[in-house]
Formats: sequence, structure tokens, C-alpha cells
Amino acid sequence: MGIELYGVETLQQILGWARKYSMFKQPFVTACCGMEYMSAMGPRYDLSRFGCEFVQFTPRHTDLLFVVGTISERQAPVLRRIYDQMADPKFVVAFGVCASSGGFYQNYAVVPGVDQIIPVDVYIPGCPPRPEQVIDGIVRLQEIIQAGETHSQKELRQLAGAKG
Amino acid sequence: MPEMQQIFAGIAWNDGGWIELAATLIRAVIIVLPVILLMAVYTWMERRQASFMQDRIGPTRANIAIAGKNITLFGLLHLMADGLKFVFKEDIVPSKANKLLFFLAPILALAPVVIVFVVIPVGGFFAYSHWDQVLTADQVKAYAMTGDAFRLQASQLEIGVLVIFAFSGLGVFGASLAGYGSHNKWALIGGLRAAAQMVSYEVTLGLTVVGALLLYGTLEPMAIANWQGHNIARWGIVVQPIGAILFLAAAIAESKRIPFDIPEGESEIIGYNLEYSGMRWGIFFMGEYMELVFVGAMFATIFLGGFHVPLLHADGFRLGSHHLAMPHIAVVLVQMLAFWGKVVLLGFLQIAIRWTLPRMRYDQLMRLGWIGMLPVSLANVMVTAILLLVFTSYNWNMGNYWIASLLVTLLVYLLVVAPQQTKTDEDNVAHDEAHSHGSH
Repeated sequence: MGIELYGVETLQQILGWARKYSMFKQPFVTACCGMEYMSAMGPRYDLSRFGCEFVQFTPRHTDLLFVVGTISERQAPVLRRIYDQMADPKFVVAFGVCASSGGFYQNYAVVPGVDQIIPVDVYIPGCPPRPEQVIDGIVRLQEIIQAGETHSQKELRQLAGAKG
Repeated sequence: MPEMQQIFAGIAWNDGGWIELAATLIRAVIIVLPVILLMAVYTWMERRQASFMQDRIGPTRANIAIAGKNITLFGLLHLMADGLKFVFKEDIVPSKANKLLFFLAPILALAPVVIVFVVIPVGGFFAYSHWDQVLTADQVKAYAMTGDAFRLQASQLEIGVLVIFAFSGLGVFGASLAGYGSHNKWALIGGLRAAAQMVSYEVTLGLTVVGALLLYGTLEPMAIANWQGHNIARWGIVVQPIGAILFLAAAIAESKRIPFDIPEGESEIIGYNLEYSGMRWGIFFMGEYMELVFVGAMFATIFLGGFHVPLLHADGFRLGSHHLAMPHIAVVLVQMLAFWGKVVLLGFLQIAIRWTLPRMRYDQLMRLGWIGMLPVSLANVMVTAILLLVFTSYNWNMGNYWIASLLVTLLVYLLVVAPQQTKTDEDNVAHDEAHSHGSH
């Protein structure tokens, strides 16, 4: 029992290590934050150092959903569908205040934060956030993934517990 | 069937046939292992080279702490992270997908590209019982005849180049079946585009090789490499420059990479593999980089002298009357390293092309294939045939063929390419001026 538990823990740690250094991104860019997202990807700040440089435009290939910009009520089902199409384990970053809380759009047309629709792991505030903030958010996400505390990983653990 | 009996007698277990089996296994290891390793290293090379070309640092953070030291291996550990993540990712199969084709497609995309390496020579003959002596070419040939030498090529087939084309043509089944089996319209479009592109460029690919094969007079890759030999004036890239350039362009088109990544056009359709997740997609990914190795190996064998090094004879380097004698094993090792070195250099070149050129539109791709490259490659075959006829009927030395080929290339450039170039530039300027006047 002890050996088995030890094995499982080590495997979880190794998998956490692999997942945090290999995040393929699906950018869901709807607004001006996209410019800042590009600069974070560009030569000066270079998110690829953390292994999250691949930008894929099909949710099946990706691990990390970047919600960049304002999400209106009309777009909410689309975002939910994209999230559902991603393969587990999947992580979500809300990029900028609009994605995090709706920002200054206090009206009937804008979703007050994407966590109303999908579980969000890391919120990056700012209007728009500076690239340094984005890098900080990515590093925090890596820490959470290593600890196995993202929503998707917790859900998977619960499912495994219910089965075993 | 006496031939079949002969073949089976070769692997009989009594009269030392198991040595033959062991030799086959060793050949498989020394050829397939570098291919797999190179495929993995290319994924890293692509990311780091792209980073350096764009003035970035690239992936370097993945680390393992051993004895208090952080080991990153220049970012090579990111490969390990990617592989592990792929294996432990959810495997999604669309409910309406054709299950058989969906499962078959990744295998069909990867396997044929590996099989091709069966006929590619990574070195000449290794006379293992005389490894520490200086051997001449005739001695090595004699040992090879008596079966006292080890062939550094998995299988010596008289129809080697045809085998390569047959299997590399199979690779497109992976893409088109993935598109058909996924039950997704974008994937289907991607698969059809892959098939159309492959049909268009396979013709050019075959015809450029025909020009070279006319000169070599053989289809066997080892014989092709030996025809070129240590004399750089006989290498395919010197005697067939137009063929070499067209071959490289068509081969890059075959491997479906930018600027020919129409089947995977990320900005319009995502590609034939868009329904694949986890390791199934990882296998498509591996197949793409395997094709990079394959294109490099094929180009090196047909146009860059294969495993041969300039001035390196079977008994060491020779230049005029100077002679640097080398033991047999050193010569063989240098030749094997030279072969893989050429493959890696071509990998560098292909990655540089991928990160330099913008991608083409679909109609531009088809126009380049059918109107641009196909007639030139046909003309290349004709000119090569005429030159060869002249050389053989006047009994001229084939060692001087390179002068003729370079003259023809110069003529083609001066008479066809250069006027085209200036004309289009003037046209563009005129068009721009007319446009700017019109807008005022």
C-alpha cells in the first residue's frame, strides 16, 4: 500500500512536471488585449521560454485556453463549447479584467467574468495586463499544475476516487 | 520457386544463418536509432532555431535537479515533457468518426516514412576482420564479394529508388484517411488538399530524380552513392543543379511544411488532423519530423554523394601525391558521421526555409507545381539525355560532365530566369505607379 501510494505520488509529480512545461495554447482572442498577448509572445518577453509557445487553433490539440478580451453573452456558448472540446487535463487563464470580471462593462450584454461559464485557474488583471504580469500568471499556473490543484486535475482525481 | 528457396536458405538456422539474422538486427539498430533520435532532436532544433532567427531565447526552462544542480540540456528536456504529456492526455474519438480509419491514419502517416530507410545506405562496406588495417577500395570490394564485410545498409535492392517512391507515396494515405475518418468538414478539406498536393508534386519529384538516374544508370542507392564518390565534381548537386533545387522544393512540398502547408493551413482550415488529441496527434507530429529526416537522407544520397566525403578514398585522404593513410574503421566511421552530418545540415536548411518564407495560397501552389516546376523538370530530363548521348557517342570523359551541366544551368538562368525576374520587377513598378496615380 505504501509503495503503491509512493508510486502514484511520484507519477503525479512527474506528470505535473511534464504538463507544466508543455502547455499548448488555444487563444480565444476577442478584444484589444490580443495586442498585449502578442507582445508577451514576441521576442522581448518570449513566453516560449516556459514551453508554452505552440499556438494551435483546434481545441483538441491544446492544454491551455487563453480567454483574451471581453466575452459577450452571445459568445458565451461558443466559449463553453471550445472548453468542452478540449482534452483533459485542461487549464484556463482569464487574460485581462474583462475576461476576469467583466471590467468596466457593467451592462446586460457582457459576461461578468468568464468564471460564470467555465472554471478559471489563473486570473491576470490589468487593462490590458503588461507582459510581465502575463509571465507571472504563467509561472503561477505552472506552480498550481505541479501541485495538482487546477480545476481539471482536481476533477480528474475525484473521478478516479469515485471509480476506485 | 528456386528464388524463394534461396531466400529462405539465407536465414536457415543451421549453417550460420542466425549470424545473418543478427546482422540484420544490428543494421536495423544502427539505421533506425539515429533516425528516431534525429526526429526527436529536430522538434527541439525547430523551436530553438526559430527562436534564434526571431531574436528570442526559446524553450529552456524545463529542468531536472540532480545533486543540487539544475540540468536543462539547452531545452532538450522540453521534448521529454511534450512526450509524457501527449501519452497521458485524454484520447478523444468523435462519436461519428469512422473508427477503423481514425485509428489507422496515424500509423499510415508514420510507418511508411520509417520503412523507406531500409534501402538508404548510411555507409559503405565494413570489413570487420581487418578493421585496423589500411585497405584499398579493391580489397574492400573483394571482402564484400566473399561475404567477409558488413554492409551498412539494411537491404540492397536493385529497385531501391522505386521502393522509396512507393512508400513515400503511401504516406499521404495517413493524411487523407485522417481527413475522411474524422467526420469533420475541415479535416476532410485538409485531407483532400493533402492528396491533391501530393499528386501534383510527386510528378516533379519523380522527374527530377529521373534526370539524376540517367547519369547514374542505376536505381540502387548504394551504387548511386558510389557513382558520385569522393570526387565533388561528380556529385548530384554539381551534375544536376536544376534537378537538385527542384527536388528539394518538391520534397518540402511532400512533407507538407511551410511554405507548402496547404493541408494544415492554420488560418483557414486547421488541417486534416484537427480531431486528433493526445498521442494520436503526437504520432502525426512525429511523422512530420520523420519526413524532415527522410527528405534530408534522400537528398544526401542522390545529390550530395551519400556517405562519401570529398577526397576521402577507401585508404584515407588523397590530394594529388599527398596521402593521409587511415585505418579502415576510421574511414567507415567518418563516412557514417558525414552521412548523418549531411542529413542534419539539410534539416537546418529546411527549418530555415520554413521560418523564412510565407505560406502560399492554394492556387499559387498548384500553379507553381504544374506550370512552373513540372515543365522545367521535363526539360531537365531532356537536356540531360541529350548531353549524355553526346558524351557517350563522342566517348568524352564523364568526369568533365560538370562543365556541361553548369554551362546549361548558366544558360537557363540568363535566358529564362533573369529576363523573367526583371520583367516582373518592371511590371510591378509600373503597376504600382498606375495604382498610385489612380488613387489620387
